[in-house]
Amino acid sequence: MSLTDIPPRPLESDERSNSDDAITSGSLAGAPMLGIFAGAVVIGALSWLPFGGVNWARWVIVTLLAYVIGTLIISRVVESPRQATDRFATAVMSSAFLLVMLPLVSVVWTVVERGANRFDWTFYSETMRGVIGEGGGGYHAIVGTLIVTSLTALFAIPFGLFTAIYLVEYANGSRFSKAVTALVDVMTGIPSIVAGLFAYALFVLIDGPGHRSGLAGAVALTLLMTPVVVRTSEEMLRLVPNELREASFALGVPRWRTITKVVLPTAIAGILTGIVLAVARVIGETAPLLVTVGITANLNKNPLSGRMATLPVFSYNSYKFPTLPPEASIDRAWTAALTLVLIVMVLFVTARILSSILKPKGLR
Amino acid sequence: MTILDNSPPGDTDASSIDEPVGKAGDKIFFGLSFGAAALILVTLAAVAIFLFLEGLPIFTSDTAELDGDGSFVSYVGPLVFGTIYISVIALVLATPVAIAVALYVSHYAPRKLAQSLGSFIDLLAAIPSVVYGLWGITVLAPVMARSVFPWLRENLGFIPLFGSDVPIAQSGRSTLTVGVVLAVMILPIITAISREVFIQTPRLHEEASIALGATRWEMIRQAVIPYGRSGVISGAMLGLGRALGETMAVAIILSPAKGYFWDVLTAQNSNSIAANIALQFPESSGLEVNRLIATGLVLFVITFGVNAIARRIANAGFSGADG
Repeated sequence: MSLTDIPPRPLESDERSNSDDAITSGSLAGAPMLGIFAGAVVIGALSWLPFGGVNWARWVIVTLLAYVIGTLIISRVVESPRQATDRFATAVMSSAFLLVMLPLVSVVWTVVERGANRFDWTFYSETMRGVIGEGGGGYHAIVGTLIVTSLTALFAIPFGLFTAIYLVEYANGSRFSKAVTALVDVMTGIPSIVAGLFAYALFVLIDGPGHRSGLAGAVALTLLMTPVVVRTSEEMLRLVPNELREASFALGVPRWRTITKVVLPTAIAGILTGIVLAVARVIGETAPLLVTVGITANLNKNPLSGRMATLPVFSYNSYKFPTLPPEASIDRAWTAALTLVLIVMVLFVTARILSSILKPKGLR
Repeated sequence: MTILDNSPPGDTDASSIDEPVGKAGDKIFFGLSFGAAALILVTLAAVAIFLFLEGLPIFTSDTAELDGDGSFVSYVGPLVFGTIYISVIALVLATPVAIAVALYVSHYAPRKLAQSLGSFIDLLAAIPSVVYGLWGITVLAPVMARSVFPWLRENLGFIPLFGSDVPIAQSGRSTLTVGVVLAVMILPIITAISREVFIQTPRLHEEASIALGATRWEMIRQAVIPYGRSGVISGAMLGLGRALGETMAVAIILSPAKGYFWDVLTAQNSNSIAANIALQFPESSGLEVNRLIATGLVLFVITFGVNAIARRIANAGFSGADG
């Protein structure tokens, strides 16, 4: 910032003598760059003409390629080599960003388009009980997903939050707390299918081989959700200024009251946001539920015993093992996927809203 | 900190002032949080022990009833190969793009937009893997089989990766398609971590570079990339860890075969451990289940190793940069 205080010194003589400089050569800033991009778009559009219909992916990819190469060549001719490299880098970075948008848009578009086929009331009110062929729905799977996810949240939120409180408020850098931090890292890296196998192995020891239940699924998901909750809560608790704690201690407030009345309320926005995002992460988990909860055509509201349908497994199963006619099953799979994506989006938006509503005033 | 240090000694220990209320509550609260932290240790120990216990029978009991020659090593070998092969392809595809995107968000995009662009990328991470699987087999696989595979086979067929006697997969359900889908899935992780370290580049380094007349790209090469290198590497390793454990996309898209296959364009592909478990588990019983759990333990060990390396790189890099 202090750089701006120094008055700019005119350097004409030096600059004019330097041939490799933006001042002496032409400039592509502004309109010419837009022109290059427009040209690239046209080249991209020409690329799908020989094949007939519009091909969006080809259009975007060819456009970006033409833009990057065109920028490099034109800038090299009009401006200096250094400018050309710089413009080339800029073009590559922004093209990479647009390239990443391609799968995202394609995924969302495909899910909406195919999911719309069965996006009707029947899907949300009926189960697959006795359904062969068309009709039927994912009501049982939605209920199953809600039950399993709620149980997971019930286990993982206190588990994760108290661990974070221990790490931030009590640990004081002890060796035990360092071990816990390291193990939370290990937990973050557990593959979801391994979490499922663990829950299965655990319940097999209790209940015997072939065990399937919503509870086992919730245990598996808890293993995946807890480290996320610990991480985000820990981060948020560390952001609470120490002065607030000290002020509270100075008034003679015991530590646990300080935590519940001062520290947690200050950090609540970030913690809740983290929890909602953690729920969004586990609600789409398929693999652990596949091995612990299984799949069924019936509505099962009891998480303690028996197979239970869940949205991700229902979607996978309907696609992988379609009944006749296969289109009906595949449509159901896509609508289940669409429902899942909608739930995740709602959770995302909720997290955003929560963090803006609950953000304590004066803190940023 | 300084306030606390200067205050009278009694103030630091708040519980001694109001013993009746504070002590009991404090004890309970400390117990709860200490218990939760201890439970983390117990849980992880339990994961290792239970997987080990349930996987053990494959080594101790008679394996004659199993398919193949019954040896666990010959069963898990191709799976380990497939797991690592697919993940490395995903990593190679994702890392350069992820770095470019991270640089775009941290140093090119308008300041006001950067935040929302970042969460846009995070949205990619939030899409459930089963959805990626369905998308991969329905949309991407046909495109790959139609336009990408024939081109690669014709022009780069001399590389063993793209050339063999086996014809290309008409369905597109091959290792390369899975690699692309996994690349899309791990890209947000690598991007998020790289972006974080790029943003932390000391402002003075950047200004010094600009003041010496560097263009933006030169500034990034001189100041941002050296600073963020270890962060990028650890982000890539974490992405690799995620790819190794990714199940559903592989299970849905890949058309697996038993054995080691280098060619990424054919319908014969080495399966990954996780996808193999997802495909086999629902129909397995008895010793087959134990064998799958043992492969799960192998996967756990592999991801553990990769993540441990990632942490080590990250910690080494950051402490050096801070000093």
